[in-house]
Amino acid sequence: MNEIIDILSYNFFQNAIGAAILASISCGIIGTYIVARRIVFISGGITHASFGGIGIAWFLGLNPILGAAIFGVFSALGIEWVSKKTDVRQDSVIGILWALGMALGIIFIYMTPGYAPNLMSFLFGSILTVSSLDLYLLSALSVLTISVFALMMRPIVYVAFDETYAQTHKAPVQFLNYLMIALVALAIVLNIKVVGIILVISFLTIPQTIANMFTQDFGKMIIGAITFGIIGSLLGLFMAYKLNVPSGATIIFSFVILFIIAKIVQLSLLKLSRKVDE
Amino acid sequence: MTKLLELKSVYAGYDNKIVLRDVDLIVKKNDFIGIIGPNGGGKTTLLKVILGLIKPIEGSIKFNNIDDNLIGYLPQINTIDRKFPISVREVILSGLMSHKKLFGRYQSEDKRKAKELMEQMGILHLKNKNIGELSGGQLQRVFLCRAIISNPQILILDEPDTYVDSHFEMELYGVLDKLNEHMAIILVSHDIGTISSHVKTIACVNGSLCYHDSNIINQEQLKTYNCPIDLITHGDVPHRVLKKH
Repeated sequence: MNEIIDILSYNFFQNAIGAAILASISCGIIGTYIVARRIVFISGGITHASFGGIGIAWFLGLNPILGAAIFGVFSALGIEWVSKKTDVRQDSVIGILWALGMALGIIFIYMTPGYAPNLMSFLFGSILTVSSLDLYLLSALSVLTISVFALMMRPIVYVAFDETYAQTHKAPVQFLNYLMIALVALAIVLNIKVVGIILVISFLTIPQTIANMFTQDFGKMIIGAITFGIIGSLLGLFMAYKLNVPSGATIIFSFVILFIIAKIVQLSLLKLSRKVDE
Repeated sequence: MTKLLELKSVYAGYDNKIVLRDVDLIVKKNDFIGIIGPNGGGKTTLLKVILGLIKPIEGSIKFNNIDDNLIGYLPQINTIDRKFPISVREVILSGLMSHKKLFGRYQSEDKRKAKELMEQMGILHLKNKNIGELSGGQLQRVFLCRAIISNPQILILDEPDTYVDSHFEMELYGVLDKLNEHMAIILVSHDIGTISSHVKTIACVNGSLCYHDSNIINQEQLKTYNCPIDLITHGDVPHRVLKKH
């Protein structure tokens, strides 16, 4: 217990806790949209494409997160555009973009003279080294996603649920689709620091899947996903510190443990309600 | 009688493929039009043109004194993602989308309307259920509520009799007959037998459209309409005869 109080007094650890909570908020909201809309593969594509942006920004001496954000948002808008305006198969396009982003990232990082960055921290996250800038960006993202959903949750959900029907009602389907896919890209990119490229998709899907076990309501699923996100990421954070391993891996590991516990709880609740019925 | 909608020599299709040729159709107040035709004949394309989902390549579509937002639409149910986290009540409220601004709130008036409809359709007890928990018939009722909550002047139904039992089918046509008192109905069906006993007129869509100004149709007429479908006849005692052709 004393140890926990001790590490809580460190500035870097407080930052990490802040990052974990902020990541849970943005991932909780955006991830619910991703899971409900079944665009997990698209999100995976955007994630890996953004690595190209990291490489290019590194090569040009810019902030890697800025590079990833620009690259990620444009890939996302590109995927949306290609799948709506052309008859190219969407999943093939995503597959190409996925690999291209990774390839570009590695080429540019290796071409950059001098010190090569620690690739591991991009791939698996390093929540213990988040800067104040990262925290500002994560806060801005949370405020943005909360406002978008507070103002337009119904149209967003209705369009996601039945796009064709929304079109017959002259709803701004295209605008909402582009807005949401851009938000998905931003959420992914800004959370790369916390869990890394390879694992960010689980932050966007596991807490949502756990929440989905207990509620079928979009709004409640968001609240649940944020809650499970916070619990899992804080657990993972302590584990990462204790074991001295990348935070992304321990956070995702905690999520899966939570998932298993939730499944057991869900099954016993089901059994219980059957007994009551009898 | 008031014309609500008029299609004049409409050609429509996808990319370079024309599916509908030279289609004329007039929808008047209190019409109940059954649309029949073979698969791939253009039934769905015709609905899409009317709903404004695709623009005609040629020809005109004109709405007379109705706001073209005010079309109620019940899509084919297999196009719906039944695992989507949305409740019955929310699905029904989404039928008011065109009445709302992007940032618009839903008022208690809207919720009262939804509740009233659910009561009429006997699905009020399901209002907080997820759509994934419903049977086919219950789901059709939910989507019918969504289609009519905005009080449209034209109601379009795309194969509402699939995935439902015959009991619900009867009930559905009872409801439609009542709705028809204050809205025009366009109904697409593959089961011409059932629809011909409820609709007032029949339109055959197979590339072009043939309008048949009555609900009685025979195999010869279908042939001249170039509409190769099975005909099911209804006599005094309901019986079904499938003719060879």
